[in-house]
Amino acid sequence: MTDSPTDNLTLTTDVLVIGGGPAGTWAALKAARAGADVILADKGYCGTSGPTASGGTGVWYVPPLEDAREAAMSSRDKMGGYLADRDWMRRVLNQTWDNMNELAEEGKYPFPVGPDGQQMRRGLQGPEYMRIQRRRVKRAGVRILDHSPVLELLTDSSGAVAGAAGYRRQEGTHYTVRAGAVVLATGGCAFLSRALGTNVNTGDGALMAAEVGAELSGMEFSTAYAIAPEFSTVTKTAYYNFATFYHEDGSVLEGAGSQGGRSVIARALLNERVFCTIDAATPEDQAAMRLGQVNFFLPFDRMGINPFTDRFPVTLLLEGTVRGTGGVHVAGDHGETSTPGLYVAGDVATRELICGGFTGGGSHNSAWAMSSGAWAGQAAARYATTVGHSARGRSVRAAGEAALRPTGTPGRPDAYQDVVSVVRDEVHPYDTNYLRHGDRLTPALETLNDTWRELRSSLYATDGDAVRARSAAAMVAHARWMYTSALARTESRGMHKRQDYRELDPAQHHRLLVGGLDELWTAPSPWTRDLASVVS
Amino acid sequence: MIEVVSTDRCIECDKCVEVCPTNVFDRGADGIPVIARQSDCQTCFMCEAYCPVDALFVAPTAEPLEAESPLRDEGHLVATGLLGSYRKGIGWGHGRTPGALVAVGPALPPARISGAPASASPQPGKGSAPLTA
Repeated sequence: MTDSPTDNLTLTTDVLVIGGGPAGTWAALKAARAGADVILADKGYCGTSGPTASGGTGVWYVPPLEDAREAAMSSRDKMGGYLADRDWMRRVLNQTWDNMNELAEEGKYPFPVGPDGQQMRRGLQGPEYMRIQRRRVKRAGVRILDHSPVLELLTDSSGAVAGAAGYRRQEGTHYTVRAGAVVLATGGCAFLSRALGTNVNTGDGALMAAEVGAELSGMEFSTAYAIAPEFSTVTKTAYYNFATFYHEDGSVLEGAGSQGGRSVIARALLNERVFCTIDAATPEDQAAMRLGQVNFFLPFDRMGINPFTDRFPVTLLLEGTVRGTGGVHVAGDHGETSTPGLYVAGDVATRELICGGFTGGGSHNSAWAMSSGAWAGQAAARYATTVGHSARGRSVRAAGEAALRPTGTPGRPDAYQDVVSVVRDEVHPYDTNYLRHGDRLTPALETLNDTWRELRSSLYATDGDAVRARSAAAMVAHARWMYTSALARTESRGMHKRQDYRELDPAQHHRLLVGGLDELWTAPSPWTRDLASVVS
Repeated sequence: MIEVVSTDRCIECDKCVEVCPTNVFDRGADGIPVIARQSDCQTCFMCEAYCPVDALFVAPTAEPLEAESPLRDEGHLVATGLLGSYRKGIGWGHGRTPGALVAVGPALPPARISGAPASASPQPGKGSAPLTA
């Protein structure tokens, strides 16, 4: 890993945050405010990386009134397959309320003002939000390492996480951070689908967590696909609530819709192109859409399309566990994992705790990111204090395996491209990952398992290619956890719909853990404590 | 994908090199950033938002354009007002009102189901969930 030691950067800190999106910036901010020295490493650039920065999001910002909060919580029970947890929802609602108010008052986020003269704090524009978050993080004294993808975690002799090692791709040097605690905030995995802003989200954090013994949960809830113009990357499914969908010959695609009819679009796309016109938006709606989400119109304006009158082709782009709810199992109230010294926040952590098996819009996702980030940052700072400065001198070992330390003879350095192709072929297709059936999931999983065995033996690259190879391996691991869980959950619940098991099975009213790297296992979660009850 | 770096407009501040989340640009020998890894471009438009002189243009297509596409022609982009249009839209830049201040989206109705009877389809503008989702 240390090919050119003279160029290498070695740093020590109390808390290392990996990932600079919403969860990572809230974690870094709160850790620094708790008195910790903090380093934040981003694969890209903290401020533009990830789906929030380039988009916009609603926020689950609900006033602290008993009725409003109860309605906010109960409205999602059924959609989530009764797997969310009321205690976690309450905590997230409380923390999100505080964080959004902090963002307004201290961060000076320019929220719009309503007719009553009050700021409307239920939505965030991504570029503005993340530019402000970066500024706040820097002012709190956090050292930011941009363009510094982490390749692997470091552990001490007890197995506790003690830092990480990575590559500074604009300098072409390796770096190591020795830390008292590490917060993973690397996002979910969208499998390089180009869904807006998600190409940095290749599941790197989940792989690193699994390599140090953490398990995952809810990985079957990974069937998120977003509507976008066929030629484009801009996903904004909610605006298609106003749309009518068509076959190529202009006849209406019966049953298609942005919600409750997306699988109809997926089925059609297997055999034909699908077209759409956003024809039910009034002139007032249209004007509001332009203000609410500027980038939604970039594809149309730049291609000379009027989306309200023209018929344009659409596609569905995979959002995997970015918008699905699976991720690293959260073992404590503050983002602890089963591995000491390692914390998770945002999309890399399972969002089942507040969403169960389904997330519709972004509002729960943004609330989860900022809340879990704040908690993980504070908890990591406390943990780093207990292990003390001596922790910086611990002897450590590098925990990375796949694509870093092959078990056999290394292959071509560009072999990661073949791995990426396999992942795309087995995960993007609607009839494998979205319209799920055991007869199709089983062979897909076998192919992915074969690919994993082969890559463990021979996938290896150095420097910048090492980052790409690691991402490729992480996507294979992610897909295997997804399909292993999908096959184990022999029912339809939340977003996980099995064509061979169409009904919800009351006997499977539990969360599902999955783990392992070479050999995978699943088990009902023993930690389920306050699940929403099934209301008939 | 990123298609245009305007040599005339570029002030060699390297902001795009810094902010591109997928590291598409390199610093050029002459100071002008070069599109070194276009295939890594995820078409997120962030470089355009951050360019202080509107020297960059990201075509909305997820694949590279044909060489003769008008969207690669700086003159066309200026004439149509497309160059710099994203930064203007989000209200970034001196003297502009931040777009966030006026970002109040439409009330979102429940999703229409294509081909469903009108009574089953919601009326536009009658939904209750405001802003973006």
